[in-house]
Amino acid sequence: MSDRTIAAPAGGGLSPDGLLAGIARRSEAVLIPLGALLIGLAIFSLFLLTQGKSPAEYFALVYKAGFGTAFSWQNTLSRTAPLLLAALCVALPARLGLTVIGGEGAIVLGGVAVGALALPLSGFPAVIAIPVFLAAGALAGGLWIGAVGALRHWRGVNETIASLLMAYIAIALMNHLVEGPLRDPASLNKPSTHPLPDALRIGNIPGWDVHWGLVAGIVACIVSWVLIDRTTLGFAARVAGGNVRAAQVQGLPVGKLIVGFTALGGAFAGLAGAFEVAAVQGSANASLAAGYGYTGILIAFLARHNPLAIIPVAILLAGFEASSGLVQRRMGLPDASTLVLQGIVFTVILISDTAYGRWKLFSPERWRS
Amino acid sequence: MKTEHENGAIGVETLGMTMRFGGFTALDNASIAIPAGTFHALLGENGAGKSTLVKCMMGFYHATSGQMLVAGREAKIADPKAAHALGLGMVYQHFTLVPSLSAAENLVISREDAPKIIDWRKERADLGAFMERMPFAVPLDRPVRTLSAGEKQKLEILKQLYLGRRFLILDEPTSVLTPDEADEVLGHVRGLCEAGEISVLMISHKFREVTAYADDVSVLRRGRLVGQGRVADLSHQAMADMMMGGQSLAKPAARSGQRGETVLALDGAKARDRSGLKDILIERLEVAKGEIVGIAGISGNGQTELMEMLTGQRPLEAGTMTVESTPYTATRSETRTLGVRVLPEEPLHNACAPKMSVAENIALRSFDANGEGTRFWLKPSAMKALADRLVGEYKVKTASLESPIASLSGGNVQRAVLARELTGRVDLLIVANPCFGLDFTAVAEIRARIMDARNRGAAVLLISEDLDEILELADRVLVMSEGRIAYETPIAGADTATIGHYMAGHQ
Repeated sequence: MSDRTIAAPAGGGLSPDGLLAGIARRSEAVLIPLGALLIGLAIFSLFLLTQGKSPAEYFALVYKAGFGTAFSWQNTLSRTAPLLLAALCVALPARLGLTVIGGEGAIVLGGVAVGALALPLSGFPAVIAIPVFLAAGALAGGLWIGAVGALRHWRGVNETIASLLMAYIAIALMNHLVEGPLRDPASLNKPSTHPLPDALRIGNIPGWDVHWGLVAGIVACIVSWVLIDRTTLGFAARVAGGNVRAAQVQGLPVGKLIVGFTALGGAFAGLAGAFEVAAVQGSANASLAAGYGYTGILIAFLARHNPLAIIPVAILLAGFEASSGLVQRRMGLPDASTLVLQGIVFTVILISDTAYGRWKLFSPERWRS
Repeated sequence: MKTEHENGAIGVETLGMTMRFGGFTALDNASIAIPAGTFHALLGENGAGKSTLVKCMMGFYHATSGQMLVAGREAKIADPKAAHALGLGMVYQHFTLVPSLSAAENLVISREDAPKIIDWRKERADLGAFMERMPFAVPLDRPVRTLSAGEKQKLEILKQLYLGRRFLILDEPTSVLTPDEADEVLGHVRGLCEAGEISVLMISHKFREVTAYADDVSVLRRGRLVGQGRVADLSHQAMADMMMGGQSLAKPAARSGQRGETVLALDGAKARDRSGLKDILIERLEVAKGEIVGIAGISGNGQTELMEMLTGQRPLEAGTMTVESTPYTATRSETRTLGVRVLPEEPLHNACAPKMSVAENIALRSFDANGEGTRFWLKPSAMKALADRLVGEYKVKTASLESPIASLSGGNVQRAVLARELTGRVDLLIVANPCFGLDFTAVAEIRARIMDARNRGAAVLLISEDLDEILELADRVLVMSEGRIAYETPIAGADTATIGHYMAGHQ
């Protein structure tokens, strides 16, 4: 180990040496996930070849349907909104060292909460009703995933298993409510809650065919980044995530941090469900469990749990999802091929975790004279 | 015994052994000869290259250049298996036995040629014959976890002999033993050398053991062999000088000041131990301003749990804990208002977030402090300035303030954590094994800092498995055994034999 006392003040980050070292240190966090993504796509291409399909055609179609035209961009961005929020439900607890994979449950309950309020709030003006919808969705999701954090901290229940199983409970709860107490008798072949009056629907961003959930998702990502990177709460959470014993010895409120961050992540996922009902579907039903929560896991891992990085990754993944219909029609590939793609990329991402610190190229010392 | 036909000690020699990691030379042209049947000690500070040398010898590393002679013949050691085949074996600092198995089972399963189906009757007979030939014995039928540390270390050595090893490397073999146990184990090792059964290369930090048991000594410093000789010809001072290269050690600050009023008090404090089966019960423990209270004891007698009680990680089931007469639960606001600072053992694992930067780890105490109040927004410039200052003051060697703290050497992690904990108001300092595994210079410097905190009026509780450290620093010595405070004496009346007696669990 080439230890040496730093002679120059650490402000030396501005020197060419320090600059290169800084770039080397940061580029590892970008290049490894990017490389893993490309490897994952390459393996998926092999899969396509085994099916007798052309990878070139596939990626051309994905580009066309996801990013090729203004229309396809709008399609992609509408799908981005819930993915951003669902990814935060993974990324925020992850900074505390927790692997929460049950965001789907929070999305579903967030949507049901809005569906349940459709009738009671139908007489209220939108300025009151819409904030209440969103708050209710966030509250439902926050309580659900916050409970996962509480179980983890005070009862030692594994948060990964608990959140996953609780997602199934949430979906079962939704089915029960939607088909029972909350069912709109008018919904015949697809049991749903009472639809939101048109006046209380969340509209589109002016000039776009994309609802306001996208803005909410981006704001949530930025707020999360600021919280983690710029506030003492986020710092404390990172310490607890880095070493819970050190955090305890420092007297940091580990339990509160765990419950707070899991609840916040859950609240964001709940918000995603609220937007799905209030802006897209108009009522809560089984299509709430569309798998956004699971895609969110992949996005968070690809983004290395960095809330800002979640934004471009979510857009990319949303593009793949947006294109699945066209791919299905043109190439005769089943809908599930997107899942195959996601599964492969996720596996490669998990493997790539062992690559950090292996290459001298990324070592800051390599770039200091 | 697979090597029955070739028994007895073999000599091992390294010639110009050099090991480079990239541009860094960990070991530079080291030539050490250990003739058959001799006991050779290897001294050196942390990072001096001792581990690198023995890892090259055992085939964990491949030396960049240099040769090795085993029993006079040149040997290429590709991996540890090849080393074992030549009769080279290593005993590690920490035990490598399976706690739930008996000694007999541990011995048999360690054999590379252990059969798929074990004929225990035959193995027992073989083991019996083997033990006959050995100068010391351990109980063969009890689960290893019920053996004392000394017995376990003896079993580790027996295991090497059982495996037919004829040259042993011992890596700080006594660090987990009481002084009595250490003497016993090393006495047996010495006996085996004299009987011509084995040759030994022992890594050690303890001059006393080197003088008492080794024939020859080699001293490494910064990867280079800086001294060699017969132990009989060398004084402790001469060995220390070789290790340090003539640089002077920080002398512990002289004691000054008066014992003041009580700061920390535990009364009938009771908690579960790690296993959940036994209790830790501290009837009465007081630490006053301007004194160091040392808690001695062999590891695993409740010190870890006591530390956890003091840092709020282990809830009290009964009794009270107070600091400055107010109930204390180790929350962040309490530690701040009462000036409580903590230096846990193995700071990288207990007091740092390893992947966070040096600067961030140094800020762990103060990142949310804003004068008397707290802050919501981080202030990176203040964190950086603090880290910059402390890294300079405490001579923390780091490539940069942004490097992850895990990339620092043990001594430098300890310096960084010490810098953090001793900055600001310190009324109560709780320390556990602060010098474990650190080199000479770091040890002297860290002890001086602790003494300095005491002299400035802090109450210091020092929990340490290193009795010498306690005797050097403490004003009062307590012995912890089986989760209780078994003995207390002022330093003036402290007697190693009595303390060792209580440490070993005798009443």
